[in-house]
Amino acid sequence: MTPEADISRANRKLIVLGVAGLLLLTLGSMAIGKYWVPPGTILRALAAGLTGGEANVDPIQQTVIWNVRLPRVMAGLLIGAALAAAGATYQGLFRNPLVSPDILGVSAGASLGAVLAIFLRMPVPVIQAMSFCGGLLAVGAVYAVGAAVRGRDPVLTLVLAGVAIGAVVGAGISLIKILADPYDQLPAITYWLLGSLTAVNRADVASILPAMLLGLLPLVLLRWRMNVMTLGDEEAQTLGVDTRVTRLALIVGATLITAASVSIAGIVGWVGLVIPHIARLLVGPDFRRLLPASIMLGGGYMLIVDTLARSVALTEIPLGILTAVVGAPFFLWLLASGKRDWS
Amino acid sequence: MLELRDLSFGYGARTIGSSVSLTLGPGEILALLGPNGAGKTTLFKTMLGLLPPQAGDVLFDGASLATLSRAERAKRIAYVPQAHAALFPFKVRDVVLMGRAAQVAPFSAPGRRDREVAAGALDRLGMSHLGERPYTEISGGERQMTLIARALAQEPKILVMDEPTASLDYGNQMRVLSHVRRLAAEGMAIVLSTHNPDHVFMVADRVALLHEGRLAGLGQPAEVLTPATVKRLYDIDVVMGVLPGGSFQVSSPRLNTGE
Repeated sequence: MTPEADISRANRKLIVLGVAGLLLLTLGSMAIGKYWVPPGTILRALAAGLTGGEANVDPIQQTVIWNVRLPRVMAGLLIGAALAAAGATYQGLFRNPLVSPDILGVSAGASLGAVLAIFLRMPVPVIQAMSFCGGLLAVGAVYAVGAAVRGRDPVLTLVLAGVAIGAVVGAGISLIKILADPYDQLPAITYWLLGSLTAVNRADVASILPAMLLGLLPLVLLRWRMNVMTLGDEEAQTLGVDTRVTRLALIVGATLITAASVSIAGIVGWVGLVIPHIARLLVGPDFRRLLPASIMLGGGYMLIVDTLARSVALTEIPLGILTAVVGAPFFLWLLASGKRDWS
Repeated sequence: MLELRDLSFGYGARTIGSSVSLTLGPGEILALLGPNGAGKTTLFKTMLGLLPPQAGDVLFDGASLATLSRAERAKRIAYVPQAHAALFPFKVRDVVLMGRAAQVAPFSAPGRRDREVAAGALDRLGMSHLGERPYTEISGGERQMTLIARALAQEPKILVMDEPTASLDYGNQMRVLSHVRRLAAEGMAIVLSTHNPDHVFMVADRVALLHEGRLAGLGQPAEVLTPATVKRLYDIDVVMGVLPGGSFQVSSPRLNTGE
């Protein structure tokens, strides 16, 4: 029994268990809502929709399942998975436990794009597109600054550039909030900044899928290199890794998936910060296991949070509020319990 | 095997040291001694190709280091950093396996041969029993040994060790030095930096004294490392000699207590 065979066997077990858990969660989440739909009905409706056959399902239920709940559940899974995967990547890359997917300003940039689009009364697809572009632009600017500064620790430079550019972008957001129509635009902006999946439809999910898959690709391919990157820039270089190219590929991947999720869901904090910690406690720091574990935990966590968000109260609760209420205490507990995760 | 030819080194436009020339052959241990700020670390970084030379060249078997790719360099020269606190609780075995990065294609993971080499490196240092322990939970001495094992897993010709005995207790310092001696006996060329003249006498075949960025001496320890040169480097008065029953020269400092 070589340790490596252990890893792939343990990984297979992890993925089978995780996928089974996620399927159950998905079914449960689709059953819960304004009114209860029995899981059996859901399965029949899904099967009928896929095969194009006739289902013994009330057409209203069929519509609710296919056009409302399925896209929303899919979006929740995707966004949770994306944020957790990006968080795990950035925490390793920047060797810092307090790092979340927006460390390089992707959320701030995406927010500015979206807020500007709302201010300009653009339609929803344009808001999403501007948010996506804003996120990429902000990270691009941070990376350009980081690359222009030579002779300093490149990782620290990136983080500090992220803080500075994030502040400038934040100022832009505040300015637009002041200028926005307080009765109409400001609530929309505030709601967007707190994160929500309320308006998500099938087209939205389809629109972010390519960016998600494209962004995930370098993370999966570089899964072992990522371990070496956690040693820091100089050590990784002396071990023969081209750290500039590797870091760029990982940052581009993590930024793409973060920007894609922020573009349809708004800012959902804490997931990308907390989930990788839990995943690390469960499966250890090896990125080959940490990545799948983070993806599945993140997807499942977001599914539960979104189900709560749309079912516990009469009005929907913004996701960012719930994730913070659950995430922050957990993080404090992690801090106080002195788990020897980070020494 | 390794040659520094009239090397100037520094960061950007700032020159830290210049006119350093020395060579290193297989099985040879070269100690680099010099006060803080003399440029030891910068010289190491230049030798490892982390910093480009400002003038002169670093040659490996006659080929300039700059012509080799990072992976090619890593297969020839391995770096042993000072034992540091790691962030992530990787197992010792996995840390050592990272030494194989230059041999593993970017998109793949280590294979059977890589694991065998890593296990062999641990075994060579008598560390096999620690393989499954998290790197974050072992002692400082064990961490230093793990990093040496990681360097060995690169299967290099040269080891560059940055103060391998720093921050270790007395017993671990001697254990690390014994291993250094043993590796050299097996043909490894080793450059190490230290502040302790005793350690130079114990393991080094030659010593290079670095003072304000220049070589202030290069040769056999007994000839180069004298009370006069220690005074010049560290501004400390010492007496040197072999203790009765001892096998190395030792350096005994006189403290300036102001009396």
